[in-house]
Amino acid sequence: MSHSTPALTEADRLMTVCNSCRYCEGLCAVFPAMELKRSFSDGDLNHLANLCHNCGACYHDCQFTPPHEFAVNVPGTLAQVRAESYAHYAWPKAARPLFARHGTALAIGMTLVTALFILGLVAANEPGALLTAHLDDARFYALLPHEAMVALFGAAFLWMLLAVFMGARAFWRDTGTPQTELRDHTQATLDAARLRYLDGGGMGCFNEDDQPTDRRRLWHHFTFYGFLLCLGATSLATVYHYVFGWEAPYTWHSGPALLGIAGGIGLVIGPLGLLSAKRARMQELGAVGFRGMEVGFILMLLITGASGLALRVLGETALLGPLLALHLGAVLTFFLSMPYGKFVHGLYRYLALSRHARDMRIALAPKR
Amino acid sequence: MAVWDVLVAGGGNAALCAAIAARRAGRSVLVLEKAPKFYRGGNTRHTRNMRCAHDTATGTLTGPYTGDEFMEDLLRVTSGNTDEALSRMMIDRSYEMLDWIQQQGVRFQPSLGGTLSLGRTNSFFLGGGRSMLNALYRTAEGLGVEIRYEHEVTEVEIDGPSFRAATVTTPAGTTWIEARSLIAASGGFQADIDWLKQGWGDRAENFLIRGTPYNKGSLTRALIDSGVRQIGDATQCHAVAIDARAPQFDGGIITRLDCVVFGIVVNKHAKRFYDEGEDIWPKRYAIWGRLVADQPDQIAWILFDAPNLEKFMPSLFPPVEAGSIAELAQKLSLDPAQLVETVETFNASVIGGKPFNHVEPDGNRTEGLSPEKSNWAQRIETAPFYAYPVRPGITFTYLGVRVDDRARMVMQDGQPAENMFAAGEIMAGNVLGQGYAAGIGMTIGAVFGRLAGEGAATHVA
Repeated sequence: MSHSTPALTEADRLMTVCNSCRYCEGLCAVFPAMELKRSFSDGDLNHLANLCHNCGACYHDCQFTPPHEFAVNVPGTLAQVRAESYAHYAWPKAARPLFARHGTALAIGMTLVTALFILGLVAANEPGALLTAHLDDARFYALLPHEAMVALFGAAFLWMLLAVFMGARAFWRDTGTPQTELRDHTQATLDAARLRYLDGGGMGCFNEDDQPTDRRRLWHHFTFYGFLLCLGATSLATVYHYVFGWEAPYTWHSGPALLGIAGGIGLVIGPLGLLSAKRARMQELGAVGFRGMEVGFILMLLITGASGLALRVLGETALLGPLLALHLGAVLTFFLSMPYGKFVHGLYRYLALSRHARDMRIALAPKR
Repeated sequence: MAVWDVLVAGGGNAALCAAIAARRAGRSVLVLEKAPKFYRGGNTRHTRNMRCAHDTATGTLTGPYTGDEFMEDLLRVTSGNTDEALSRMMIDRSYEMLDWIQQQGVRFQPSLGGTLSLGRTNSFFLGGGRSMLNALYRTAEGLGVEIRYEHEVTEVEIDGPSFRAATVTTPAGTTWIEARSLIAASGGFQADIDWLKQGWGDRAENFLIRGTPYNKGSLTRALIDSGVRQIGDATQCHAVAIDARAPQFDGGIITRLDCVVFGIVVNKHAKRFYDEGEDIWPKRYAIWGRLVADQPDQIAWILFDAPNLEKFMPSLFPPVEAGSIAELAQKLSLDPAQLVETVETFNASVIGGKPFNHVEPDGNRTEGLSPEKSNWAQRIETAPFYAYPVRPGITFTYLGVRVDDRARMVMQDGQPAENMFAAGEIMAGNVLGQGYAAGIGMTIGAVFGRLAGEGAATHVA
């Protein structure tokens, strides 16, 4: 079968090699999924690539990795296919090249520009508020009125939802619009929540060398659950505001604040761990040309988490204004970049896990 | 270290089991592996399972496989050509091996997709042979075993029945290493084509070697030349028919073809030469290497038709495909008229009628052919037609050193060596006079490796 990119062509070659061997089928979901087929469309390969958690076990277990002439590098090749798939399915088309190659610069640049813009907006309207907002009862809203904040972030959030949905829909269609059931999604949710396939088949993952000492699963848990807690904090605050009419600021022992603090800690520890793991990582296991996208995403999470925590700690000082501008800049940039960067990996992997749960359920069902 | 307690030559399953066993007994252990790190472990990196006796099903084995049944299988595949007492001892010790090897970090899984017929008898390594090997290396290094790559033992200094020192060839030159005991676990000599030719003549030029190019048997030769008794001859080996397009070395598992039973096999004269339906495939897998070796130019082609294409495990190279038998013959450079005649004669002789079942002899046979196909005979009639070219693929050789029931080498005079042990392919000929049963090479390596390591440790104490 012919394929649209060199990475997909290479992935197809590797699946032929791996399907003739199958020694790795106990390591993760990718190989059992591969065994269900003998020829692979672009969509099938994108499915397999997003099913791969890049634990690296098969690289070290394979007897045919370079320097062997068969040159089998499944995690590296699938990482390339996966990274390219994010751009391939991104919506709208024009945004595709945006974050792929310059993610870090764009993330930091956009955060600063947005922060400056907010600062400028405030300075134009109420110059004194920048350094005195912490003395004002309204705090945040002394800088930026609640309505303005909601309008700005609501719009960005809705755009993000639309773009992410469009990308996910394209991905799902390309893998064949599998007819999944609720139990498949339950299975996929469990697999994703535990990062079941990021454990090298039970031994642990590989990062910098051939020892299974990798901690990425831990760092990812910090990051992911930190992110969820922050999302929970914002959602709870929204309920407080609109349902109960309790307006921010909230004291440190309030629900939104506690969730936000816990989430912020996760979003600092997790991304720092992931960044250091990425620095040490064997080059062979990663994609070429997407470092900006990957690092940019982690940095965005880190800046969001750290600035949020700083707001909690330093919110009573004159730094409130600049910190809030930075935090809002980071969150806004995060929303806007979500459909075009590494964020979609979570969604596509979840969808791949759902299809996998469904495929295995059907494959293992007793034949009549 | 001036003098090591235990010197292990080799870096595969047998060598590492020996090194770990000796190190766990408190001895200083040096492992010398000829290959560079990536290619360490010889054929172990290409293995996938180990055959051990067990009395009950386990989490990964589907049912019991007793020592008696194991022994029967061994006697059958070797046609009785085995040292029965030694093999019985090995099989008895294989019971414990399932636990012992897992204690060294090796992990098992249920039998791989496409290998269901071995799910009861053989324990499959999670992640395959290289994963298994990596686990053994991690364990050995963690225990303090020293490993040196690109170190080949080329000569041994032996005083009567006693080992003194080894000459070791490295990229930096030759060194001299003294040790109180030697464990030879350096594999077969299958990568030395000239040595194979001593047994096979020029036919060996057309053999493909399934493992690394490093297994040349320099230590085997040095030991035999220094007074250790030889076992086996240069023609005995584990040979299967593999895809003729495989690289000369290290093609491993992915070039094997599991499809003989689904069609017919012809030689370069486009004629059949052996009963393709003699017995179920796993049992006859290991005979086809030798059968093809006996054909002109050591090449043959497996022919089958469209309905069979996806009934067996896929392999690396696609089959040659054609719309007619004559066209297929042209693509294979065979005589079209002869191939058409062979297929038509075969088709006309098929007495089918029973349900086709490739898992057990199904009684679908031919009548009036020489040779007959006694099971799974089905007409080759539905286009497109397919063919795989096959050549003998040598896994490992059986000529090696004689050992006793404590894995000690036996000297020319019949006396056991004092401090020299052997394990794995280098002494596999003691168990395998001929033939092969899947996974038994790893049993030989692990059982005799452990025995050798423990024996060396006891001797040095």
